[in-house]
Amino acid sequence: MLYRETGQFKTSYRRDQAIFPIAQDRWCVALVLVAAYGVVPALANEYWLQAVLIPFLIYALAAIGLNLLTGYTGQLSLGTGGFMAVGAYTAYKLTTAMPDLNIVIVFLFAGIVAAAVGLVFGLPSLRIKGLYLAVTTLAAQFFLVWLFNRVAWFYNYNPSGTITAPPRTLMGIMVTGPEATAAVRYLVVLSFVVFFALIAKNLVRSEIGRTWMAIRDMDVAAEIIGIRPLTTKLSAFAVSSFYCGIAGALMLFVYLGSVETLAFDINVSFEVLFMVIIGGLGSILGSIIGAAFITILPIFLTNAPHLVGLEMRVDLAKEIELIIFGGFIIAFLILEPRGLARLWQIGKEKLRRWPFPY
Amino acid sequence: MGFFDIWFVTPFTEILSAPIFFAEVVLGGLMTGVMYSMVALGFVLIFKASGVFNFSQGIMVLFAALTLVGQMERGVPVWVALPVTVAVMVALAYGIERLVLRPLVNQAPLTLLMATIGLTFFLEGFGELLWGSNVKRLDLGIPDDSFDFAGMLLNEFELFAALTAAVLVALLAVLSQKTAIGRALRAVADDHQAATAVGIPLQTIWVTVWSVAGLVALVAGIMWGSKSGVQFSLSLIALKALPVLILGGITSIPGAIVGGLIIGVGEKIGEVYWGPAFGGAIENWFAYVLAMVVLFFRPHGLFGEEIIERV
Amino acid sequence: MGSRESLLSVEGVSLSFGAVQALVDVSIEVYGGEILAIIGPNGAGKTSLLNVINGVYRPQQGRLVFMGQARPRNLRPYHVARQGIARTFQNVALFKGMSTLDNLMTGRVLHMRSGLLSQALYWGRALREEEAQRAYVERVINFLEIEAIRKTPVGRLPYGLQKRVELGRALAAEPRLLLLDEPMAGMNVEEKEDMCRFILDIRDEFDITCVLIEHDMGVVMDISDRIVVLDYGRKIADGSPDEVRANPDVIDAYLGVAHA
Repeated sequence: MLYRETGQFKTSYRRDQAIFPIAQDRWCVALVLVAAYGVVPALANEYWLQAVLIPFLIYALAAIGLNLLTGYTGQLSLGTGGFMAVGAYTAYKLTTAMPDLNIVIVFLFAGIVAAAVGLVFGLPSLRIKGLYLAVTTLAAQFFLVWLFNRVAWFYNYNPSGTITAPPRTLMGIMVTGPEATAAVRYLVVLSFVVFFALIAKNLVRSEIGRTWMAIRDMDVAAEIIGIRPLTTKLSAFAVSSFYCGIAGALMLFVYLGSVETLAFDINVSFEVLFMVIIGGLGSILGSIIGAAFITILPIFLTNAPHLVGLEMRVDLAKEIELIIFGGFIIAFLILEPRGLARLWQIGKEKLRRWPFPY
Repeated sequence: MGFFDIWFVTPFTEILSAPIFFAEVVLGGLMTGVMYSMVALGFVLIFKASGVFNFSQGIMVLFAALTLVGQMERGVPVWVALPVTVAVMVALAYGIERLVLRPLVNQAPLTLLMATIGLTFFLEGFGELLWGSNVKRLDLGIPDDSFDFAGMLLNEFELFAALTAAVLVALLAVLSQKTAIGRALRAVADDHQAATAVGIPLQTIWVTVWSVAGLVALVAGIMWGSKSGVQFSLSLIALKALPVLILGGITSIPGAIVGGLIIGVGEKIGEVYWGPAFGGAIENWFAYVLAMVVLFFRPHGLFGEEIIERV
Repeated sequence: MGSRESLLSVEGVSLSFGAVQALVDVSIEVYGGEILAIIGPNGAGKTSLLNVINGVYRPQQGRLVFMGQARPRNLRPYHVARQGIARTFQNVALFKGMSTLDNLMTGRVLHMRSGLLSQALYWGRALREEEAQRAYVERVINFLEIEAIRKTPVGRLPYGLQKRVELGRALAAEPRLLLLDEPMAGMNVEEKEDMCRFILDIRDEFDITCVLIEHDMGVVMDISDRIVVLDYGRKIADGSPDEVRANPDVIDAYLGVAHA
């Protein structure tokens, strides 16, 4: 009975077009934000922050990026890992060349370079679609990873071939490198995700988001009402890669600290795709839920047997994980193609009417 | 040595100065290409009959090889293990039709593609769960010696692979052109609903075609497995059938063969002569980039049918 | 009936797909403010003609002049839309994943000017534009009487309403010329009456010229000012409903006379 919109009248189009038109939703979001900023860093231990929450948030950012391209614009991409690598290596090169540059600017610039690369690999989308396009995004994945692996300039001629995030501060607080505490790094990632999730939501409820969805739903009709297919698709590729690029930079600087190209291989692309499918194609919230699901499931599978006193060999957990992921993908596509986000929405609608059946 | 030399002079002088070696490189590439073609064949079959772009064809290759070698490791003789593997692949086709295809009938192609990506991961986990994830050697006694032909060093195994592929293609051609099931297959490929209307059982056709694709995968798996061992990286090699496929045109069996050969030869020549200019290992991405470039100019591949969109 | 000023001239257009001749030397004038119906048996080339007009197909011969300007050959459909030509489709071509409101808002795309950054922040110009365009779209929604389904995903709507939403999307673009491809196909009598009323009102209230393809002769004779008849890709008649009704070639085409 608490969740009811009766009596909340929208008197302007602006109010009607708000992200959370219902007052209770606004309260919930505020509550979640307070908890995420205030309660979690105080309560969570090092393990939870480092092994669960930070990777979850970084993947959520990448999943939002991929969802803009695949879920909203209908262009399947298997190159997410490659675009994340562009972000990571750009940020690394930039901050080692200019150590005094503000780290937030470094991350944003990493996103911009990734967007430019995404634009180039999005060019074939002008002439090809669907399955064909998916294969050309594989070209991006394999070529980019090969490039960063082979050309020594990208890893500053380091003989081990790895790149390591140097320590950087933000407003006097250490945010990257081994000296930064997990809580600080968590807050940095959280802020990026909150800000860019909001941006993504704004984009998809604006003109650009509607043109993306129009191209996804019926490209011929979209062109006939005046939407330029090329610029629309390319803008989706650019924005999507921007998100992936920032996620890649965060992956290196805030999560792993030091990476090889292996950290951005094809499996990353698939993982992010799974988050988007399971979470919900065409939903920002879904991307976040999907990222949480895919990050936490393997941890659960590795630890659950111990909790009930069973021993499980490591590769068995990995195999079960693959089976469950694969099974879930198929099950969701069959039963609820719009993913966990849709289930959440259905739940909310039920709650709105409860306790009346209609 | 200047940039221009590395790119435009040295490779060609090398080719001209050692023509026999060049011929060997080309032949080696052709042989690898045949293997790609065999994987790509499975894709084309399924796409033609059901309009599904079966991303999991690569993992079906691995799964088939794993099933075979897994039994042999446990001491099952080949003549038992082989029919059992065939049966497993048919059962798999049945399961896929029942649990994946049938519930998703009439869905968007992109949805079906994503479902087969899910299937890929499922089969990978399932295969390793059953048979273990260690690298396995597959030895069916296929001869693997080098011999001399017109001054070139050839490999018996690769010749055998090429022959097998030729036989396979011939069999498929006969199956599709001369038999009733082939005719039904082509009818379904043209128009699902019309085919159902004249009484062709759609489900049976799908099971058949996925079974045939499974058998093609088995043959490809035996070939790849004998050459480089049965292991997970096999499915990455099989991923290369994707660019082969779109290069040749996804609806064309000859396209799959020619596409495979082009990519096999192209990446070998590229690696040997232009690899140094790039720093090596260009085999990783050459096929994909080539396919991307070709697609930009010929969106339906080299041999694919142009689809006229109706408004 | 309207001014006799030509809005669009189709001049000697021929279109073929391989050996199939879809249109043969077709010339048509569309005058500002009129409702022009194109009729003809199935396969006569009616939809092909609409596709030529809005730039989906490029004719091998002939040219189009819209509002006094000859159209360059390489014009893409989105350029044509920009010039002020909108259309609906024979098979409903709505954006199925979006709500009625969003579909109509998409029709306003030509009238939006705000940049990426402004939209990303939902601030300034983008916000003002969203509200201004929403106001126009609401006018269309009221006109078509689809207020109740504003927020419903169009995929869930019945066929008749989908057709109406599609009309709304074309109308939201504020076109000079509206092409309607079988707007009443598959509708019952009441729905057809509603649609006729909308088409007449569109011309009168919104001052939009309409070209429509329709098979229902009753409707065609009732609402159109002029009728063009196509048969086997050729224009066989052009005139007022009464003239066309009396034209022997038209009667032949419809009743089927052996072509000697």
